[in-house]
Amino acid sequence: MIADALEGGFTEAPVQSARAFREILEAMARPGWIRRVQGAAPPVPLSVAAGVALLVLTDPTTRLHLAGAADCPAVRDWVAFHIGAPLSCAEDADFAVGTWQALQPIHRFKIGQPDYPDRSATLIVEVDRLANHGAALTGPGIETAAWLNLPETAAFRANRALFPLGFDTLFTVGDQIAGLPRSTRVEAI
Amino acid sequence: MLDAGSHADAYNFAYLDEQTKRMIRRAILKGIAVPGYQVPFASREMPMPYGWGTGGVQVTAACLVPEDRLKVIDQGADDTTNAVSIRRFFQRTAGVAVTESTPEATLIQTRHRIPETPMTEGQILVYQVPIPEPLRFLEPRETETRKMHELEEYGLMHVKLYEDIARHGQIATSYAYPVKVEGRYVMDPSPIPKFDNPKLSGNPAIQLFGAGREQRIYALPPWTEAVSLDFDDHPFETSKAPHDCDLCGARASYLDEVITDDQGGRMFVCSDTDFCAGRRAEGHVGRLGEAA
Repeated sequence: MIADALEGGFTEAPVQSARAFREILEAMARPGWIRRVQGAAPPVPLSVAAGVALLVLTDPTTRLHLAGAADCPAVRDWVAFHIGAPLSCAEDADFAVGTWQALQPIHRFKIGQPDYPDRSATLIVEVDRLANHGAALTGPGIETAAWLNLPETAAFRANRALFPLGFDTLFTVGDQIAGLPRSTRVEAI
Repeated sequence: MLDAGSHADAYNFAYLDEQTKRMIRRAILKGIAVPGYQVPFASREMPMPYGWGTGGVQVTAACLVPEDRLKVIDQGADDTTNAVSIRRFFQRTAGVAVTESTPEATLIQTRHRIPETPMTEGQILVYQVPIPEPLRFLEPRETETRKMHELEEYGLMHVKLYEDIARHGQIATSYAYPVKVEGRYVMDPSPIPKFDNPKLSGNPAIQLFGAGREQRIYALPPWTEAVSLDFDDHPFETSKAPHDCDLCGARASYLDEVITDDQGGRMFVCSDTDFCAGRRAEGHVGRLGEAA
């Protein structure tokens, strides 16, 4: 088990994390665009994309919440060795990873403060698949409209209503990643 | 004697250490999520003085990938000291390709201009910002300006523009002209001429702003609305020198005035050197230009 935890990180961190960040940046800046990332091999149940997002964005200065099945010894060891992020409860987390089901109730997560809206959580939501149909997205980063299959729309509409407060979301499955910042207006079709 | 390239391997890719890049990358993503809001970040000492683009350089370092083609401009020019030294800095520490062509560049770091050639999807424009807080010269206290942003209390900015009109008959602010982003945050677009303000809005490229000394990062995602502040009876107007470029004859580009002698001689040339050179290569000739 210990040996497994030592595997699955970036082999060439500066370059791999740079390439991965560019994809994550494009995903967050253009909600609805599905991007591909690579370089991480995290233990099950984490997807490659969720592992990459954790390696790129989290470190010993960010509190991480592992939700549901993601909160297992293998993932804990992997995070401890490769990232060193302190694990926390949902209320204190800067980042959280898990399925949409496991992350409920979603209102536990930090939405920032009125004078510091950036002090909010980023949720890495593991989904079964990502496709460009489903809820209609409009807002910054979208020319006219984009579509993305969301686990639900009500929670994201409520999150948008809090703007400029709110949490930001990355959806991951396999090596695919898509972003949904709090600024996006979501409409069920 | 050591040659210039011999230390290149001693640096991490794109100079900054990984922990610093993660911190900057988190700030960039929060900036993207809240367009126009200035995200505090732990700006590092860079091997150049404050005021030379340390904020832009840190944002560029956090975004660069080895496949990038980097363009750096200073007031539109590719060949001025600041642009040349930053370009060489990243050639040496990141080994990226460089270009002077706007369409060929994937990442452009700029000081005080937006290129004349329209940006496209997939490009990133990084601005060097001296004073990120648009309200700073009206209210020096950070605690107060933060509260004003929180409460969306931008009356003071309109009073400032009104006083311009009362004193000069028009809004006299000609650069760093404030914009309102997506109807929420008032943002300083860095000291670009107000001629460039319309290009901020609905731009297909990602626009990132880095202020090193002031330790702030902010962003405009693609297609984001940025409205220049104005009044119904004094609408926002762009301005430029009422001339054509003397080298390439361009009528609609932003011009620099160049003093050519001590007899009052002067010429007007495009501030965007790549745009001007491109037009001359196409055969356009201005008043003082020579046919290519």
